[in-house]
Amino acid sequence: MGETVITARGLTKSFKGFKAVDGLDLTIERGMIYGFLGPNGSGKTTAMRMLTGLLTPSAGTAEVLGMSVPKDAEALKYHIGYMTQTFSLYGDLTVMENLKFMAEIYGLPRASQKGRISELLERYELTELAERFAGRMSGGQRQRLALAAAVLHEPKLLFLDEPTSAVDPESRRHFWEQLFDLCDAGTSIVVSTHFMDEAERCHRIAIMEAGQKRADGSPQQLMDAMGASVVELEGPTLREIRRRLPHVEGIVTAAQLGARLRVLVNKSIADPVAFLTSRSETEGATLIEQVRPNLEDVFVTSTGEGRQ
Amino acid sequence: MRSSGLSPLRSLRRIFAIFSKELAQLRRDRMTFGMVIMIPLIQLVLFGYAINTNVRDIPVAVVDQSQTGISRTLVQIVQATQVVTVTENLPTPEAAEEAIKAARVRAALIIPADVAGRLARSPSIGLGTPPSTSEETSRPVAQWIVDGSDTMIASAIKSLRAMPLTEILRKAPNRSTPTFEVSLFYNPEQRTAVNIVPGLVGMILTMTMIMFTSAAIVRERERGNMEMLINTPVKPMELMIGKIIPYIFIGLIQMMIILGLGNLLFNVPVGGRMLDLFTGTLLFIGASLSLGLVLSTMAQSQLQATQMTIFVLLPSILLSGFAFPYEGMPVIAQYIAEVLPATHFMRMIRGFVLRDAGLAELHRDVLWLAGFVVIGLTVAALRFKKRLD
Repeated sequence: MGETVITARGLTKSFKGFKAVDGLDLTIERGMIYGFLGPNGSGKTTAMRMLTGLLTPSAGTAEVLGMSVPKDAEALKYHIGYMTQTFSLYGDLTVMENLKFMAEIYGLPRASQKGRISELLERYELTELAERFAGRMSGGQRQRLALAAAVLHEPKLLFLDEPTSAVDPESRRHFWEQLFDLCDAGTSIVVSTHFMDEAERCHRIAIMEAGQKRADGSPQQLMDAMGASVVELEGPTLREIRRRLPHVEGIVTAAQLGARLRVLVNKSIADPVAFLTSRSETEGATLIEQVRPNLEDVFVTSTGEGRQ
Repeated sequence: MRSSGLSPLRSLRRIFAIFSKELAQLRRDRMTFGMVIMIPLIQLVLFGYAINTNVRDIPVAVVDQSQTGISRTLVQIVQATQVVTVTENLPTPEAAEEAIKAARVRAALIIPADVAGRLARSPSIGLGTPPSTSEETSRPVAQWIVDGSDTMIASAIKSLRAMPLTEILRKAPNRSTPTFEVSLFYNPEQRTAVNIVPGLVGMILTMTMIMFTSAAIVRERERGNMEMLINTPVKPMELMIGKIIPYIFIGLIQMMIILGLGNLLFNVPVGGRMLDLFTGTLLFIGASLSLGLVLSTMAQSQLQATQMTIFVLLPSILLSGFAFPYEGMPVIAQYIAEVLPATHFMRMIRGFVLRDAGLAELHRDVLWLAGFVVIGLTVAALRFKKRLD
C-alpha cells in the first residue's frame, strides 16, 4: 500500500444543528481515483469543501497531503486542484485568457507558462477554441476547459465535484479517460458523483448518506461483501409480485428493470432462488434466477430503507 | 515543495492578473464602458447649464390699484432688475392670492391706490429721513405677496425690498455709503457654474466609483466565479487591489473630462495646481473605491449593492457641501458629513481649482482621505473570507 494523501478522523460539519457531514473517517491513498457516491444532500460537497479548507470542520481532524486543514489551507492550495460543480471560470473571457489568468494566479513561471498552456489546449482538444468566449461553449467544452484550468499548476491531488452532471454520455466517457490519464501520471483524484456507472469506474468509493459514510471499498469488494443476494424474476404479473414482495421477511427490496424484477434477498437466506420459488408471493413468475450484483444493489442495500 | 507564495513578486503578478482580467471584462461590457464616458459628459452639460442659484425671471402678477403713470413706472423699474417678470395683471389682491396658490406666479406686487402720496412721503426717494414713528411717512410704497415656501425665491424677492426708487423722480441715485465693503474673491461674477463644476467631479466620482466596486465582489459571487477564486492561492488584499486599479484610471479620466469640458463650456478655471489636483483626486477615488469594496463584501446581490450605493450617494450630494453650504447645517449633520469622503473632496477640489490652494493648506482633508483608503481596504480585505462558513 502506498502513502496516503488524505486522512480524516471524525470529520463533522454542522449548519445550525443540522449535521451535513457526521463523523467521517477517510483514508485515501496516492494514485487512486476515490469516489464519493451518494444522493444530493448526502454531504459529498461539504466533505470536499472541508478537505480543501473552504469550510471549517465543527469537529474532527483532516490531513491533506501532509498538511492539516483548515490551518494550512492556503499553502495547500498550490498543490490541489478543484473543479466546481457549476462552471466557475469567466464566461466573458476567452479560453486562452482564462487559462492565462489561472497561470498567473498560481504563479506559474513565465518561461514554461506558454508551453504548459498549449500542452493542455492540445490534450483537452481546446486548441481551436482558444479564442472562443468560455460562456459561448458547450457543456462538454466548458468541462474540458475547467479540467485544464484545475490541473494547470500540476496539482498532486485533484478534487472534482460532480464533474459530469452537465455533459452528455459521450463527453462523460471521454472525460473519464482523461481522468485515468491524469491518475496514471501520478495525480490522486477525489470525485463526487451520484451516477452509478461513474462510481463504478473509481478505484475505491465511499457510499454517503445523510452525512455519514455507509460503506467504503473498491466497487468489486463492495459487491462481494454485499449483505444480499440478487435474484431476477420474469413473468406476466411482475407489478403484482412487486407489490407483494416487500412484506416478505428476508426481502430487502424489489425494483422493476424493464421486463425483469430485481429482488435483493438477505444473505441469511442460503438459497435465495429456492426461497423465492417456494413463496406464494412469486406466483406467476416464469423465471427465477440469481444474477451478479451491481453497484446500484450495493447502494440500495447500504442506504435508506435497504440498510441492515 | 513550492513556496507558499509570500514573495512580493508573486503578489504583484496576481494583482496584475486580476487587473487585466477586470479590464478585459470591462472592455467587453459595452454599456458600462460607455457610461464611464457618458455619465460625466452628459451630467456636466446638463447640470452646468441647469443648476443656477442666482434666481432670475420669477413669474409675478401685478395688482395695480392706482392705474397711474407712477405705478406703471414702478412696475417697469421692478422688471428692469430682471429678478421678476410680470406675467399677469390682476384686478384684486384676492385674485393674486389665487394665482399664487395655483402656482401660475410665485409672487404678486400690490400697488395701492394712493401710491403717489405714499411715494411723496417715502424716505426712499431721499427727502431726508423722517422719524420712523410717523405713521404717515413709514408706510412702504407697495407690497409684495410671496410664495415663501421656496426660500431661494423668497430671498430673491426680499432683495427688492430696499430697491432705490430715485429713477421715478429722474434724480441721481442716492450714493449713500454702505456699512461694509465686500470684495468677492475667486468668483467675482457670482456664476454658479464656477462652484458647481468642480463639485460635479466629486458627485460623479462618488457615484461611479462606489457603484463599480460595490458590484465587483458580489458579481463574482453571483456568477459563481467566487468558488473557483477562493480555491486558488489568491490573497484577499491582492484581489481587492487588483480590482480597484482599473477604476482608478477611469476616475482620473472622468475628472479630466469634467474639468476640461467645464473649462471649455463654462469657463471654469482649472488652476495651476495640477499635481495637487491629481493627488487629491487619486485619494478621493481610492476612498470611494475602498468604500465600495466594503459595501461589496456586505451585499448578497448586485441589487443590494446598488441600494447601498444610493444610501451613500444621497448624503454625499446633500451633505457634502455640493448642494448646500456645509456651514449652514446643524452640528450633528456636519459630523455625518465629515465622515463622507465627498465632503473632504468637495473642499479640496474647490480649493485646488478655484482658490489655488495646495495639499499643504488642505492637509486635514488629505489625511482624512488617506486614512479612509487604508481603513477601507483593510476592512474589505478582512471581511472577505476565503471560507464559505
